[in-house]
Amino acid sequence: MNKLIVSPSPHDENYTKTSLIMLNVCIALLPALAAGCVLFGLRALLLTAVCIGSCVLFEFLCRKLMKRENTIGDLSAVVTGMLLAMNLPVTLPLWMAVIGSFTAIAVVKQLFGGLGQNFANPAITARIVLMVSFPSAMTHWVVPFFWREETADAITGATPLALEKGSELPSYLDLFLGNVGGCIGETCALALLAGGLYLAARKIISLAAPLSFIGSLALLSFIAGDDPLYQILAGGVFLGAFFMATDYATTPISKKGKIVFGLGCGIITFVIRHFGTFPEGVSFSILLMNVLTPYIEQLTRTKVFGAKEAEKNEG
Amino acid sequence: MKKLNGIRLKHRKNTENCATVSLPLPHKIKLPMSMHMGAPCTLMIKTDDTVKVGQKIGDSDAPFSVPIHSSVSGKVTSISDYQTPTGTVCKAVEIETDGRQDISEEVKPPVITDKASFIKAVRESGVCGLGGAGFPTHIKLNPKTEIDTLIINAAECEPYITADYREMMENTEDVLCGIRLVKEKLGIKNAKIAVEANKPEAIKKFENMAENDDTIDIVTLPSSYPQGAEKVIIYNTTGRIVEEGKLPSDVGVIVLNISTAAFLCRYSRTGMPFITRRITVDGNAVGEPKNVLAPVGTPFIDILNFCKTDIDSIKKLISGGPMMGMCIPDINMPVVKTTNALLAFNHYDERKTSACIRCGRCVNVCPLGLMPAEIDKAYKIKDIDDLKALKVMLCMNCGSCTYVCPANRKLAETNQLAKALIPRK
Repeated sequence: MNKLIVSPSPHDENYTKTSLIMLNVCIALLPALAAGCVLFGLRALLLTAVCIGSCVLFEFLCRKLMKRENTIGDLSAVVTGMLLAMNLPVTLPLWMAVIGSFTAIAVVKQLFGGLGQNFANPAITARIVLMVSFPSAMTHWVVPFFWREETADAITGATPLALEKGSELPSYLDLFLGNVGGCIGETCALALLAGGLYLAARKIISLAAPLSFIGSLALLSFIAGDDPLYQILAGGVFLGAFFMATDYATTPISKKGKIVFGLGCGIITFVIRHFGTFPEGVSFSILLMNVLTPYIEQLTRTKVFGAKEAEKNEG
Repeated sequence: MKKLNGIRLKHRKNTENCATVSLPLPHKIKLPMSMHMGAPCTLMIKTDDTVKVGQKIGDSDAPFSVPIHSSVSGKVTSISDYQTPTGTVCKAVEIETDGRQDISEEVKPPVITDKASFIKAVRESGVCGLGGAGFPTHIKLNPKTEIDTLIINAAECEPYITADYREMMENTEDVLCGIRLVKEKLGIKNAKIAVEANKPEAIKKFENMAENDDTIDIVTLPSSYPQGAEKVIIYNTTGRIVEEGKLPSDVGVIVLNISTAAFLCRYSRTGMPFITRRITVDGNAVGEPKNVLAPVGTPFIDILNFCKTDIDSIKKLISGGPMMGMCIPDINMPVVKTTNALLAFNHYDERKTSACIRCGRCVNVCPLGLMPAEIDKAYKIKDIDDLKALKVMLCMNCGSCTYVCPANRKLAETNQLAKALIPRK
């Protein structure tokens, strides 16, 4: 007869574990990666592989150095690597991508305590660090399908948001399908939407933040006289809204908080795009809102069923 | 009306069509003097005394307590200290059965004329809430405020357990008679029988039987856990909110378990106190899952053997359901009044806890809207003010947060530990 095991209730468990959640995020990013490969050639795949590989390696090394438990099995480093790659132009030198991975995993994630403890989104922060460090390499955009051309050199082109005033704008369809210049994973709104809806259907993300993000950006653009549909389809809005503004660790937990977070992202993105010198503001908006998350969280706690308001004389 | 959060569990009601079978009389029983909420009883017998079925063997002067009766006839062989699964120590009586099951002279139908005599009879019957918590029924039925609705809790939201379901199917008449008895004696106008949607047969049966009675409603609740929790069932059937620090009676409601109601009816007719109970025996170590009617005090091992259990393979034995049940450390421990299920499992996976990823699943499932992830953080730094602000005291330990946590964090357990940090007024 075995010794009976005594443990506190509940004795039942479900089987959605951290690694399964992360795996689903990877699956949701596959359409965007596939679109990136079709649009920008197979180098997109190579760059993604380098990002994932270096992220996992840095995760492993950091944990080893800090004498902590190895956590590469939770697949969160794979997600970070994939997301980072989606945020890079396809022509970026591989060693720069590795620096991005180092920033994301070692600096932003592990120095703050690892999974769930980082205050800023690793991939977004890495993108911004690379953008500031290597501005020309990070804005070296190529036109889609250049790899089919005979010429050896890629033809460079501007992103839809950086086009000079008066030049011919891409059509909505081109924007929706991603047939424009930009980072590997951010141009094809269709693929990102498919991935985002997949995550929502699997109940891995809530659509509260993406909807309030995209909605507020569209509304503000409309009020300011910009083309709202163009504004939400161009640039990194869909990638940011579905995959970055829904990151668990760096966004608020409660639904109210998520809506506030999305609104903030929409407003900041609009302000940067409309008034700022940068053509694109999605990354900055998410990073800024990441920083505000603890405060949003404090103010948007859930209402407890039947709870009395704190008595004045208490304590 | 917005329903409260809940989680979908696999029902695993394997025994729902297993008619109740009586356990053969055990050779020996053990009756602890503390089986339910409230003060433990003082022994009224001594070693070598002979006792009969239904004889009162323990009682207490404390109002918040119920007497304990012998479930067998036989001889008291020993009186010893006994540690209950909750960790408290009380006296326990061991009785060797003589097989005759002579019924005590004390057992006679109670004289019930008004509310006071009814409450007194309920106390004498030794019954307590049979859903699992074991709140003394006579206290519950004697509120200080006006009651307009009696809710009969037939949710049985925990997986595996079908003890209440069998009561509904086998003793439908008793249930209705019990409801009418309580309504009449307490002057309550309406009764609502709240059943989860996964018991269509029972719902049909009650609807047919209570067809001509407009004061009894059958309310179908969604099959989500924890539907049977008191605050949840009150809100989902009446829309009333029991506020922090208040009792159901403060909103004009009494919630009574369905088996308790049926028992009250039988007691009013026969006067036989609460000495046997139906137990669902299930789990993957059990060869023949059954619903067993066993005398209170029967050692678990007798019941497990009766259900052809591979005793040697058991790793975990749970009294109650898999969500809120309690682990039994010793297979020779006895059935008590609140044991509604006995689950024996031959596997146990030590779950490895990993870092909180802040996915918010615990917050989304909490029926009361608590934030277990935040409580976990506040508990770690022992921030008592924040724990108070997060209302951890309201946690009813339903276990939903731990169940859904992808990082295997033991959030429900942390909530209980956090409660202990908050000084009581």
